[in-house]
Amino acid sequence: MRKKDFDVVIVGAGPAGLAAGYVLAKAKVNVAIIERGTFPGSKNVMGGIFYRKALDDLMPDFYKEAPLERHIIEQKLWLISEDSVFSTGIRSEKFNKEPYNCFSVFRAKFDKWFAQKVQEAGALIINETVVKDPIVENGKVVGVRTDRPDGDLYCDCVIAADGVNSFLAKSLGLREKITPNKVAIAVKEIIGLPENVINDRFGVSNDSEGVTIEITGPYFEGMETMAFIYTNKNSVSIGVGTIIEDIIEHKVNPNDLIEKFKTHPSIAPLIAGGETKEYLAHMIPEGGYYAVPKLYTDGFMVTGDAAMLVNSVHREGSNLAIESGKLAARTYLEAREKGDFSAKSLSAYQTKMEESFVLKDLKMYRNLPHLLEEKRYLLTKYPQLIIDSMYNIYNVDGVSKPDKIKAIKERLKKDFGYWNLAKDMFTLWRKLG
Amino acid sequence: MHSLVFIKQVPDAAQVRVDYETGTLIREGVPAIINPFDTHAIEAAVQIKDKFGGSVSVLCMGPPMADEALKKALAMGADNVFLLSDRVFAGSDTLATSYALWAGAQKVIQEVGPVDIFWAGKQAIDGDTAQTGPGIATRFDVPLVTYAVEIKEVDPQARKIKIVRLLEGGTETVEVPMPCLITTEETLNHIRFAPLPYLIKAARTPVVLLNSSNTTIDASQCGLKNSPTKVKKAFTPPKRERGEMIEGSLDEIVNTVYAKIEPMLKQLGKV
Repeated sequence: MRKKDFDVVIVGAGPAGLAAGYVLAKAKVNVAIIERGTFPGSKNVMGGIFYRKALDDLMPDFYKEAPLERHIIEQKLWLISEDSVFSTGIRSEKFNKEPYNCFSVFRAKFDKWFAQKVQEAGALIINETVVKDPIVENGKVVGVRTDRPDGDLYCDCVIAADGVNSFLAKSLGLREKITPNKVAIAVKEIIGLPENVINDRFGVSNDSEGVTIEITGPYFEGMETMAFIYTNKNSVSIGVGTIIEDIIEHKVNPNDLIEKFKTHPSIAPLIAGGETKEYLAHMIPEGGYYAVPKLYTDGFMVTGDAAMLVNSVHREGSNLAIESGKLAARTYLEAREKGDFSAKSLSAYQTKMEESFVLKDLKMYRNLPHLLEEKRYLLTKYPQLIIDSMYNIYNVDGVSKPDKIKAIKERLKKDFGYWNLAKDMFTLWRKLG
Repeated sequence: MHSLVFIKQVPDAAQVRVDYETGTLIREGVPAIINPFDTHAIEAAVQIKDKFGGSVSVLCMGPPMADEALKKALAMGADNVFLLSDRVFAGSDTLATSYALWAGAQKVIQEVGPVDIFWAGKQAIDGDTAQTGPGIATRFDVPLVTYAVEIKEVDPQARKIKIVRLLEGGTETVEVPMPCLITTEETLNHIRFAPLPYLIKAARTPVVLLNSSNTTIDASQCGLKNSPTKVKKAFTPPKRERGEMIEGSLDEIVNTVYAKIEPMLKQLGKV
């Protein structure tokens, strides 16, 4: 009989892996989490907004002690062109009441804290160790091989939470090689500013209230780009994420994109006088529903970014990761009751995911990535039209309002054609509805 | 063979920046590491254990966050780790620190057993004093071998150890009886890439906490107040100005230089 080192080995100590580890450790499962960084969080990067709900279900009231920056009371969406901004959004005192909707966070601090909780629950976290391969015997995953001497670990079940580049999911044939149209590169800077300056510039009353701004539009020259500014306590996170295929086609450097973005007349005043404290970059899986692989095989489940679980429309990812980790762990617990870790038994994970908000949300937007890939002008011409029309309507220049409306209609007809406009609207409605 | 290694947690000097306005070190956000010289002491002790059996204990004095350094020591192959942490130790100089570590080591000996070899790094990269290791040896009244670059022979039966130590311009081979205290150079060994079982063991082994109440440490010999070393002033030496560049043909350069040094030469009576 071969030795079994652990019941479950989880690869990766990000939100997905830690959530799975937490559920399993609480159920007294002998679980190890293998992390390549020097500590959990040291290599983990995201835009910086963390939604409370998924983790609160696991760890009620975690937000009262976790290292969080500001809770978000206002979320804005900006469409920007070279010289203008069309702004929309929601600010609500409902967001300003506990238990709060979401928070800005620093992942290096937050994940470290989360990992501490998972360790206290009884999971073993092993840092600075890279998982090279799954160990497969008779078609079943029975463990992992690490880069360390004597580095094989055997177990009932492996949970992959190894991030966007998941070598495990790839080597088991669950995932195809990632293509440049399904992944974005996001670069981000943390810009230090005094608390009171941030409060004044973003219109909040103290250092626990925060604001987010998501920014897209014709300024980004038809590249599928989403930029953002999030307020932290003593800094703002500013970043630009662009589909890699567009970066290649436009022959631009992601670093130049953020440098240019920082000089936009509506962005520059928000960060003026700040000092760049950190520079980070990360890949974001944005292929949507159709890029999500089969989530299990014999002795193996895949979670979080490794399973391409990102809702880019709503900039949600870490909460999807936590939910998937939780469901994978629960599936393991059920499988253990039966003593059956076969693909058939673990397929319950796929079912749970299909029934959860994770895949329901992604399914709703399933056609969007393809639509945007085909019709890039949706990202430029319509936002430009909105910006120009708003400008014209608000600009008092002696032209009568009926004439202004008429001019907008004429432009619609000339630039798009009513028939095409109707078609686009119908498509959007169908794809999103 | 029981080794006891004394380690210190230090800010990673490679990542510390200096605030030139105040002349102080910017420690914020700088990761803490085991003093690099100490890691070689741990490796040396683990190599002795691999060869002759026994165990490796590690003792560290520092704030509660120094338990990370001890976790790392476990992952390098140590068996028992102890953190000596108490507010009364804060601000201790090398004299007070060597006293506290010596007294803390009594507790380790009580728990694990008598020590054959004490180890320490040759110095810490933050203070650079190289006094704490020798201070501990003096208090234990054991032979002290500093700047070890090679462990030549270990004879557990005769309880002797032969060590090559670095001198200015050469080396010296010495033989000392055990127990003894050895301080290590970086060239003593190569740190192994730890096997996975070490890391698993590290994750499972708790750090034993020692303080002034569970040891026999006399608080009146520790801390800033009881340290004879007084820091009068900390400053950054002024930046050296860039030298003047003299350009031109060889003759021009020679003439310019000569014109500059002529007064000095005259003063010396050389011309």
